[in-house]
Amino acid sequence: MSARRSNLFPPIALGAALLACAEPAFAQAVAPQWKFLTFGVFAAIIALTMYVTYLAAKRVKTTADFYAASGGVSGLQNGWAIAGDYLSAASFLGIAGLISLYGYDGFMYSVGWLVAYVTVLLIIAEPCRNIGKYTLGDILAFRNNPKTVKGFMAVSTITVSTFYLTAQMVGGGVLVKTLIGIDYEYSVIAVGVLMLGYVIFGGMVATTWVQIIKAILLVLASLVMVFMVWSQYGFAGPEYFQKVIGDAKIQARVAGLLGSAATNMTPQELGQRFLEPGLLYKNPIDQISLGMALVLGTAGMPHILMRFFTVPTAQQARISVIWAMAIIGGFYVLTLFLGTGAAMLVGARNIIAADPGGNMAAPLLAQYLGGGPDSMLGNLMLSFVAAVAFATIVAVVAGLVLAAASAMSHDIWVGIIRGEHATDAEEKRAARICTLIVGAMAITIGILARGQNVAHLVALAFAVAASANLPVVLFTLYWKRCNTGGVVAGLVIGTLTAIGLVLVSPNMTYPAALKAAQQKIIDANTPTIAKLTADLGAATDPAVQDKLKKDLTTAQNAKSAAETALAKIGPDNTSLVGLEKPLIELRNPGLISIPIGFLAVLLGSLLYRDRRAEEMWDELYVRSNTGIGRAAAAAH
Amino acid sequence: MATINWGAIDSDPRFRELHTRKTRFLWGLMAFSVVYYFLLPIGAGYFTDLYKIKLWGPINVGLVFALSQFIVAWLIAYYYARRASQFDRMAEEIARDANVIGRRK
Repeated sequence: MSARRSNLFPPIALGAALLACAEPAFAQAVAPQWKFLTFGVFAAIIALTMYVTYLAAKRVKTTADFYAASGGVSGLQNGWAIAGDYLSAASFLGIAGLISLYGYDGFMYSVGWLVAYVTVLLIIAEPCRNIGKYTLGDILAFRNNPKTVKGFMAVSTITVSTFYLTAQMVGGGVLVKTLIGIDYEYSVIAVGVLMLGYVIFGGMVATTWVQIIKAILLVLASLVMVFMVWSQYGFAGPEYFQKVIGDAKIQARVAGLLGSAATNMTPQELGQRFLEPGLLYKNPIDQISLGMALVLGTAGMPHILMRFFTVPTAQQARISVIWAMAIIGGFYVLTLFLGTGAAMLVGARNIIAADPGGNMAAPLLAQYLGGGPDSMLGNLMLSFVAAVAFATIVAVVAGLVLAAASAMSHDIWVGIIRGEHATDAEEKRAARICTLIVGAMAITIGILARGQNVAHLVALAFAVAASANLPVVLFTLYWKRCNTGGVVAGLVIGTLTAIGLVLVSPNMTYPAALKAAQQKIIDANTPTIAKLTADLGAATDPAVQDKLKKDLTTAQNAKSAAETALAKIGPDNTSLVGLEKPLIELRNPGLISIPIGFLAVLLGSLLYRDRRAEEMWDELYVRSNTGIGRAAAAAH
Repeated sequence: MATINWGAIDSDPRFRELHTRKTRFLWGLMAFSVVYYFLLPIGAGYFTDLYKIKLWGPINVGLVFALSQFIVAWLIAYYYARRASQFDRMAEEIARDANVIGRRK
């Protein structure tokens, strides 16, 4: 239970819930006789994105094309691309799954992901467009010591992107394995190689279009499914929720979640409980902490901010966020119906049987709506949803790799090693080489991290972005006294605090606790088995004997499963950092690390003297508000 | 670009006016948005009974409040977009005179 509660990225929870059960046994999603459908749909989508990449590759001539599509993306296009960059498999599969299993809490969880864009819209997008060129480092370098801040910012960008990337690669590998049944390693390599193809050949132009295509497919698939769900209930409008609370599967699910607390509740009350908070989240402080990381972290995510360098003006940047908010928000509202629809039509029992984290809710719903596991249409729809999920992962990974690679090539190689002296051709080549390096790294980490608990890495990525990246960008843009000292202090302290808190949090694996839990199961079942065996010996009635035998098998299975799990845990008794139990109860570090990050920039700036930072303030502030002398990305 | 006197633009009354109006508007809206959002998890955690009050059939306060988060976020975006065109006009005017400001005296 507790392992599930923490997952910010539910899809990877499947590969991750516990070390002991690294890759749960899935029901094979698509039956072998329908595999050809899956491959057909996948081939069609991959062919489409390849064709787009081919067209894009011809347009990528300069470095500005590669990093930022030369500012030639319109607000509307960028809005779709942001949605495509942002709506990861966690949104599509994870949130629908959470709603299908936990009702209201799953829906509440989705809200923060949209509200995050208010921060982006109001205080980040437009100044970034006016001040930045290709990377976050460019924004900071405007008034601070360029080499120093570019170096630290690049490290932070690569750190955040790698955390997110690892979660996506592991989640993607498990997902593809589940949905189309190819080996985990091949899935990871397929995701990585495809993504590298888009980015290396097509740069930001291809990445943008892959993200747009994916976002359109995702929204289309969701619309069709929600329409079909509603048609099952006669387009009842608000009455739909009457069907939700009256549904026997949902009532049974709630009763199962509540346990003994459900004994005095009527079926209607149980159904109603599904629409009330508290079935999943028990600790409000953690929810608030997570909310802070989302609302402030999104505005510090390098791959999201990078998208604003692709539009020509601050006005287009604004338009793109507004479109993104419409698409992302609309999508999450649809998810409410995907989740409740799956809860009624597929049922929590079947969803959990396919995957304990709930990630198969949307795919199974598609299969059901198309006519079930034995129908051609059902499997076609399942294949389509699977292909969309695959495209989702590839598109998100492409954005992340591009962000990390530009930090490496533009900030570190050109900015620091070459002292800003590199020809356009040199920098473009460096960018492609760095893409290859980051991509190879992503594939390697993806394979190495197989079965590891990486669920907390997405939360960590958002926490680092909110505790380090956002404070330094915000203060650089809005506070005259901010300087290099503050930026370095903020990036270092913000990042280390967020990572440090997660290392001592309940997110880590604590072998001692795991062992104790399994031992408890063994201890509880040992006397049961002894008693049942004795009873069985004494029983004479065949019906009683049958029942006892059944109970005995159940108890024996539970015990042996616990023993196997116990044996798998290994000899260590402490977590990665040598703890037997967590030092703090907080799963999401934001509540502590974000204020510390802001404080670090504040103090660092006050303690450090940097004349250039103050001299450049007027220019930065005027430029950021008026767009005068907008950077070269939009020059041609 | 070297001819632009940034300090003069910064102290130009039109830029000061843009700065004041924008700052007040943006940070006010930002504060409202943050407070409104955090009421959701806080309410769900500490005022659960309030969320359970049924308003329309099975639809309760919690559900309406969560849905209102989407509406409010969209309204903020819409409201901001409308006000921003005002800021755009002010900024454009300043940008047009950028090469002149600070050279008049």
